[in-house]
Amino acid sequence: MNLDFLIAPLVVGIIGTVLAGLISLIDLIVNNYGEVKLSINDGKKVVTVKGGAPLLSSLAEHDIFLPSACGGRATCGVCKVKIKSDVGPYLPTELPFMTQGEKQKNIRLSCQVKVKANLELEIPEDLFAIQKYSTTVTSIKDLTPDIKELKLALKDPNQISFKAGQYAQLIIPPYGKIKQFTQRAYSISSSPSDRTSLEFVIRLVPGGIATTYIHTLLKAGDDLELIAPLGDFYLRESEADMLCVAGGSGMAPIKSLLFDMYEKGITKRDVYYFFGAGTAADLFYIDLLKDLEKKWRTFHFIPVVTQMDSNDKWKGETGLVTKPLEDFLAAKIPKQNPKQAYLCGSPGMIDAVIKILTAYEVNKDDIFYDKFS
Amino acid sequence: MTPTIDPLILLLASIFTSNILLSNFLGMCSFISISKDLKAAHGLGLAVIVVMTITSIINWAVYNHILVFFELEYLRYIVFIIVIAAVVQMLEMLIERISPALYMGLGIFLPLITVNCAILGVSLFLQIRNYSIEQSAVYGFGSGAGWWLAILALAAIRKKVDAAPVPAGLKGPGITLIIIGLMAMAFMGFSGMLNVQ
Repeated sequence: MNLDFLIAPLVVGIIGTVLAGLISLIDLIVNNYGEVKLSINDGKKVVTVKGGAPLLSSLAEHDIFLPSACGGRATCGVCKVKIKSDVGPYLPTELPFMTQGEKQKNIRLSCQVKVKANLELEIPEDLFAIQKYSTTVTSIKDLTPDIKELKLALKDPNQISFKAGQYAQLIIPPYGKIKQFTQRAYSISSSPSDRTSLEFVIRLVPGGIATTYIHTLLKAGDDLELIAPLGDFYLRESEADMLCVAGGSGMAPIKSLLFDMYEKGITKRDVYYFFGAGTAADLFYIDLLKDLEKKWRTFHFIPVVTQMDSNDKWKGETGLVTKPLEDFLAAKIPKQNPKQAYLCGSPGMIDAVIKILTAYEVNKDDIFYDKFS
Repeated sequence: MTPTIDPLILLLASIFTSNILLSNFLGMCSFISISKDLKAAHGLGLAVIVVMTITSIINWAVYNHILVFFELEYLRYIVFIIVIAAVVQMLEMLIERISPALYMGLGIFLPLITVNCAILGVSLFLQIRNYSIEQSAVYGFGSGAGWWLAILALAAIRKKVDAAPVPAGLKGPGITLIIIGLMAMAFMGFSGMLNVQ
């Protein structure tokens, strides 16, 4: 058999391999910077990394996650970090993202700066705070036929600080036919004042990997890991009237927000909370919020039930959650007052609510939402 | 086999009479885009000299000892480009470690060189003209030096032109192309002196 046709690809392949080998060899010798120490926020945290890699990935190896949308290709400009040590002049890839002020403070793109020597960094505390927590389940209880309240006690680290409205990624271990770890985001429903435990409101999604696990397998005493705090859904300081709209388990971040405000004494603002549920049986935390309404003069709680069963004893609002919202905007909330809105629920609900709010001239920048996805 | 050309003559020829840029018009894109700034032009020119010299030697060896042996001459385009890309990559890493200052100066130009057609052109010319290894080294270095000289000259001229009253429609690339044409004509004046084709 004539195998001559193999010679050409083989020769090109071998030449390529030899050159690639040479490159790797040089890379190994030249880019060996040994172990390097990164000191973060005046030595609050010191991590040891292997030199030669970009700062962004070196930090990620130690579970310090700087935000980065492009994944280190210098196209999003989000992974900025203040470097106090000298890391050489700005690279042309960094310059388009830097303002004059940032250059004076030596703020750099962490995906472009290579770690070659010991560095001193400054990372905003709230980014720095994102970390993995190991927790123990203290209780799981039914709130409605398909919504459970999950309470976790923090073990390591045993304290957390977060902004009301933020979420956590629960790490679901492999079970049954699911062979790998799964991460799902759930809003924290407890108030930030409780620093040693976290509470979640979790609705069973048919076929959902995480919710099935939490609803059917997880029990008190089990261990569960999570990454927190995440997200930019939190209270913005303002005097404006506050409109909160939530559906079902969208209750979680809003409950956290409201109790946080009450505990901190931010009670001068008029707050309207429209909470929608399918039937009267799907309502939960009603007494809790009614109590809050009694204690907090400017807080108005409006639960809404979509469908009325004939034997329901529900005496409150009925219909979609958007109905009372529109009624209130039309008649009860002064039109001239500036308004801020916080929404959490299904994409359909949020889109419908945003439509109504913009019709009532609520500025799009003043509408904050957390869409279930 | 072409008669052996004295390396010194080859050096002068590759710099002046058959300047790779101005007589063969290779490496035009970076020639035009980087010549706005004298310092950058100088950096890129130096990088071209280094890469051209090294790649012409390596490509000569690869061609004459590997491709000819296996009768795979027709693969030279692919192989030359692979070699050039690899050499540029290695140089980049070495320079970054050895001289960060030079790396910052050359930084973005080094990777640019991979796609500089003058580099590939030199490797192909030395093969077409059957140069020996010494001749190849001299020719590679000379062509690089010629490229460096041409881009420095152009950058200097463009600096002067910046202050000149150029018609609005010709500003930028337009006037630059005209300048390059004039420069090429000036270099053609050398062409009777030596002939190395």
